[in-house]
Amino acid sequence: KTMTDHKTSKEQKYDRQLRLWGDHGQEALENAHVCLINATATGTEILKNLVLPGIGSFTIVDGHKVSGEDVGNNFFLTSSSIGKNRAQAATELLQELNGDVSGNFVEESPDKLLDNSPEFFHRFSLVIGVQLPESTYLRLGSVLWEAGAPFLICRTYGLIGYMRLIVKEHTVVESHPDNALEDLRLDQPFTELKNHVESCDLDNMEKKDHSHTPWIIVVAKYLEKWYSEHNSQLPKNYKEKEAFRQLIRAGILTNENGTPEDEENFEEAIKNVNTALNPTKVPSGTEGIFNAEQCENITSQSPSFWVIAHGVRDFVRNEGNGNLPVRGTIPDMIADSDKFIKLQNVYRDKAMKDAAVVSKHVEALLQSVGKPPESTSEQEIKLFCKNAAFLRVVRCRSLFSICDSEMVLYLMLRSIDRFYQQHSRYPGVYNYQVEEDINKLKLCVNSLLQEYSLNVNVKDDYIHEFCRYGAAEPHTVAAFLGGSAAQEAIKIITHQFVPFNNTFLYNAMSQTSATFQL
Amino acid sequence: MKNSREFQNFYFENDVVRQVVIALPRHKVAHFTLNVYDNMAEGEEPMVVDGGNGDRSDWQGQWDHVKKFLERAGPFTHPDFEPSTESLQFLMDTCKILVIGAGGLGCELLKDLALSGFRHIHVVDMDTIDISNLNRQFLFRPKDVGRPKAEVAADFVNDRVLGCNVVPHFKKIQDLDESFYRQFHIVVCGLDSVVARRWMNGMLLSLLIYEDGVLDPSSIIPLIDGGTEGFKGNARVILPGMTACIDCTLELYPPQINFPMCTIASMPRLPEHCVEYVRILLWPKEKPFGDGEALDGDDPKHIQWVYQKSLDRAAEFSITGVTYRLTQGVVKRIIPAVASTNAVIAAACATEVFKIATSAYVPLNNYMVFNDVDGLYTYTFEAERKENCSACSQVPQDLQFLPSAKLQEVLDYLTENASLQMKSPAITTTLDGKNKTLYLQTVASIEERTRPNLSKTLKELGLVDGQELAVADVTTPQTVLFKLNFIS
Repeated sequence: KTMTDHKTSKEQKYDRQLRLWGDHGQEALENAHVCLINATATGTEILKNLVLPGIGSFTIVDGHKVSGEDVGNNFFLTSSSIGKNRAQAATELLQELNGDVSGNFVEESPDKLLDNSPEFFHRFSLVIGVQLPESTYLRLGSVLWEAGAPFLICRTYGLIGYMRLIVKEHTVVESHPDNALEDLRLDQPFTELKNHVESCDLDNMEKKDHSHTPWIIVVAKYLEKWYSEHNSQLPKNYKEKEAFRQLIRAGILTNENGTPEDEENFEEAIKNVNTALNPTKVPSGTEGIFNAEQCENITSQSPSFWVIAHGVRDFVRNEGNGNLPVRGTIPDMIADSDKFIKLQNVYRDKAMKDAAVVSKHVEALLQSVGKPPESTSEQEIKLFCKNAAFLRVVRCRSLFSICDSEMVLYLMLRSIDRFYQQHSRYPGVYNYQVEEDINKLKLCVNSLLQEYSLNVNVKDDYIHEFCRYGAAEPHTVAAFLGGSAAQEAIKIITHQFVPFNNTFLYNAMSQTSATFQL
Repeated sequence: MKNSREFQNFYFENDVVRQVVIALPRHKVAHFTLNVYDNMAEGEEPMVVDGGNGDRSDWQGQWDHVKKFLERAGPFTHPDFEPSTESLQFLMDTCKILVIGAGGLGCELLKDLALSGFRHIHVVDMDTIDISNLNRQFLFRPKDVGRPKAEVAADFVNDRVLGCNVVPHFKKIQDLDESFYRQFHIVVCGLDSVVARRWMNGMLLSLLIYEDGVLDPSSIIPLIDGGTEGFKGNARVILPGMTACIDCTLELYPPQINFPMCTIASMPRLPEHCVEYVRILLWPKEKPFGDGEALDGDDPKHIQWVYQKSLDRAAEFSITGVTYRLTQGVVKRIIPAVASTNAVIAAACATEVFKIATSAYVPLNNYMVFNDVDGLYTYTFEAERKENCSACSQVPQDLQFLPSAKLQEVLDYLTENASLQMKSPAITTTLDGKNKTLYLQTVASIEERTRPNLSKTLKELGLVDGQELAVADVTTPQTVLFKLNFIS
């Protein structure tokens, strides 16, 4: 056992977040290089929330000069930077937040870069484009899609926040589900579990042992009794489960007067009957992953996610008898230490055994495509097996798909883009424009609706409101998006937790939000 | 052409909200005149404040983003809203905001408010800066470790945002009194403790003025409350005396579960049990750093000792998984935290402060929940007032006990009941015309003197049916009145 008693100052600094994504998640963050296009308030707020947790490096691409207005809503610009290049000014104050991070800037508009050297964008783990006109984000989207690089588009427009994620394929092993069901195998006990249960002579135990036997063993024992009376069939419906609960309850020890003793472990067993007898099976999400084309056809280019998935699939179809490798964890329960640890080890050992078999399959697979067995680590395979029931793959469509939904706010943002295309400015920026732009914007809305054959009525109020916004970027809305987008970026980089797919809208007027898949 | 009614109807179907929204004349007054406020102390001069360290020479365009929401009419604005160039002046010159907490949420709130036009901001925080704060409390740097959060935060914002005047208070909220809190238009909390929230809630409730049983709206100080934990968070708007308060929804904060003693003492199964054993049983027994030296979760030497002993304990029972990180997490009850969640929740809260201060939009009604573990999820609902809320209902709380019940049972009820969750209640009553303390825990000598009362029955103590008990507790600045009903 290692006695790491001294924590580095980095470990101390990042302690609160390491408890969320672990050292390996932190490592992924520190190896990442993120590109931000446009150091507006939204952009710098996003970057702030990436710099603070220790992103490896960032590069700001921005050809604009700092204006007085920019300084007003942006914490990372000061009045002394008015007239200077915005990328540089923001980089300085963002860099200052965390000495572990290296910041860079490019004083150039993204359009110029796309014209002259689009491969500039290939070096990044993720590109975040903020407050971009449609033509730019369409071009960028195309370049990044070809390069297989994730692209996150963000925008604050008045009291509306918007995010769009574009990534071809994003795999997640560690989705960290809330309230996951346990993997206890009570309906299909593996040999070692069967043997262990058998070795416990529950019926003849002294009270102390009887009351401190883990509920898993209690359920297993009474299940055997049930099988003998019910043709080896699991309790299926409510009535049968209730009868089964009564069977267990009848097994609670009684004292000399016939009153039942206080056996908390039996109460736990009764309570858990509902979920403990759920049939073990491969969840549909994982099944879908096994059936995916990328899993079926492994090549030397296949990412390790798919290689291991194929290996697990081989396990399921052979040694697993249709089941995933055993997860290996059990919840805490009333029991004495010895009984609990012994039971826990039964599951742990089986999980290790199963993972080793999966390893063999993976090795054979790697060999068959000419890759060394070290291409995937034991750690990776173990982590994958442990999370086999919770795997997720997120695929976001590229931008060139037709909008087929009816969210007014999204339509308004697209109409704003159209307005910009036609007039080279946003509506209502100056007070005198507000009234006259309403009709112009309305024309944009209608043409958009027509183009996509959408039979939607967009109320005049929204058109008025969006003219009123005058492309304002109020700080609090930018800050909300800053937190939201940064966490999505961290999900993309660490492959932990599940990113949204693929359009997110925040309405600060009502404090509501919605996610759509467009 | 305002269509705010329709917007209101679209989002809020509730009559109470409409009443609330219209019944805030003080804010309307505040909005359009730069005058005196009803809730000022006698003889005070109106708050004409000069901009602190910033004069009015802002550069061109500084407030362009904000002005669009104050100087333009719109279809979704609050029914009271009227576009004006004076609104910004009010925000900057007169409006006073109190931020409670200068930590994860507090830092974000100060920035958000400063960049939304607010200049007169006070911030209260009793803590000093720790290195583990630096991953999200971005107004602090490694060189600031050990310094008071409120002071460092104020300095940073005042320096970065020209004209802003943040005033720090390195104090506990309980160290400030009514006259301090009364001066603010809005209070926004970024606290990490339910007890502190309840206290703040109680303080604002105590400032309410009722005339002939009718609440005077000008005595209402809105409370915006934000909370975060890992990837989850919530933001809520409380109008004391009108909408659900913290105590109305106490069930949303379930009491912390501790491991049972028998598990810790003789049947550990998890690494956490081993750490708790060392913390609760071994430390007081072995006193490794001297008599009376309490376990300090921030002292690495203490944690190191606990860690080693926890490893020993775990080895005894073949338990794996004790690490230094786990040990510290258990001892300090650490809650994981990141910058992003705090950014989101603080932003939502600051948006509400802006809406209420300017009447720009109808405020959140009244509770938003956020979670970005899987995609991004928000849920917005109206938390309801509790008819018999122990904090805001002004109705004496009912206590039902047998006359033969012991005082200890009453004490247990006060601490264990989910709607009360008191920490160390002190119970007093009037007997024979005199004020009598039945039990008080927080002063050792009184605790000793009154301890025998706990094993006496209510009848023995001389209490009668209908007896009024006044209970004081750290969760509220005012005493809570209870009425004892004897059951048979």
